[in-house]
Amino acid sequence: MSRLPENDNKNRIDHYRRKLLGAGAALTGAATLGPGVFFTSIARAKPDAEPVSSEVRWGFLIDTNKCVDNCDKCVTACNDEFNLTGFGRPETDAQWIRTVTLRDKKTGHTTKLPLMCQHCAHPPCVDVCPTGASFKRADGIVLVDKHTCIGCRYCMIACPYKARSFVHETIENQKEYGPRGKGTVESCTLCVHRVDKGEIPACAEACPEKAILFGNMNDANSDIARRMASTASTEIRGDLRLDLGVRYQGI
Amino acid sequence: MKDKSKIQSAGLIAFIFAFFSFEVIAGVPVPDIPEAVKGEECVEETGFMRRNHMELLSHQRDDTVRKGIRTSKHSLKNCFTCHIVKGMDNQPVTAKDPRHFCRECHDYAAVRVDCFQCHTSIPGGAKTTGARP
Ligand code: SF4
Ligand code: SF4
Repeated sequence: MSRLPENDNKNRIDHYRRKLLGAGAALTGAATLGPGVFFTSIARAKPDAEPVSSEVRWGFLIDTNKCVDNCDKCVTACNDEFNLTGFGRPETDAQWIRTVTLRDKKTGHTTKLPLMCQHCAHPPCVDVCPTGASFKRADGIVLVDKHTCIGCRYCMIACPYKARSFVHETIENQKEYGPRGKGTVESCTLCVHRVDKGEIPACAEACPEKAILFGNMNDANSDIARRMASTASTEIRGDLRLDLGVRYQGI
Repeated sequence: MKDKSKIQSAGLIAFIFAFFSFEVIAGVPVPDIPEAVKGEECVEETGFMRRNHMELLSHQRDDTVRKGIRTSKHSLKNCFTCHIVKGMDNQPVTAKDPRHFCRECHDYAAVRVDCFQCHTSIPGGAKTTGARP
């Protein structure tokens, strides 16, 4: 993980160029390394020094038909990625992604799906934040800037998806890329540390059924945009008109 | 009268002299700054870094969090990765240990570093614990 800045940057740019040249051949490179092991990358890795741009809108397209009952691999992957350890208090323990089962009262049909921050284009959590800590990046990723968060938790109340958690305890096992601290609010970061390197989020990588498709919704040639164009998908509580970055199929 | 004040001032001078020479002999306690393991030079000139590292860090912080700029030259991670301090067990010490690079000076200057309430203070951060919420 320790990186030599200059070399690293150069390699990344070369990598980026190579990708551009080979764009026709590999829009999404997914090479199988061994049984069940995938190295998956997204088409465009941003050079380190370049700020994120609003030409990109990162998002998920989740196929609920592929989501298997009793599977929680995406949740486990997220917890491992950020060391989200519990304190035996499910009401308040950090939860960035959870599985939800919906039941149609009339037919009894159930649908299971993973639910995380929906990365709203018009995020209520950002509207209510008194300090500007809750913010949306140019590429659509909604984050908490913990340097300015005062822990008021307005955003937790504003979020229609209960996507945010408050850190109640002193944390000591942070990952290098995942700062977390007592007294601040946190939620799914869309694995921004991975995305900025050209990798896909941990949950999408971990899903054995490939139910979670990650990509740039603004790029008409991306897998996600093509699937969105060819198959019906919907937003959860689309009536709120928040223009979500996470869309679902099969609900 | 004159004699008395002369004796007094001589005594005072002797005292001051003794005080400073004592300090010189004992050594003024200065922080024992851990050397960088990589390379000879810091990312900026040492004197500049001593005075302005906090400005560079907050600038980098805002660029990274808000704009996704991921250059690591002025990153917090870079500070404790270059100036790594290892304990008896040959493992890097965390900011809980007074020998940690950041703490050496900050303890001396009585300035509390808040960074490590949220950030890891060792290269690579914590390992996956496998514990579940
Ligand atoms: S889902 Fe909730 S936390 Fe995520 S952007 Fe929307 S309001 Fe904010
Ligand atoms: S808890 Fe933090 S991010 Fe949420 S509204 Fe309050 S200051 Fe903003």
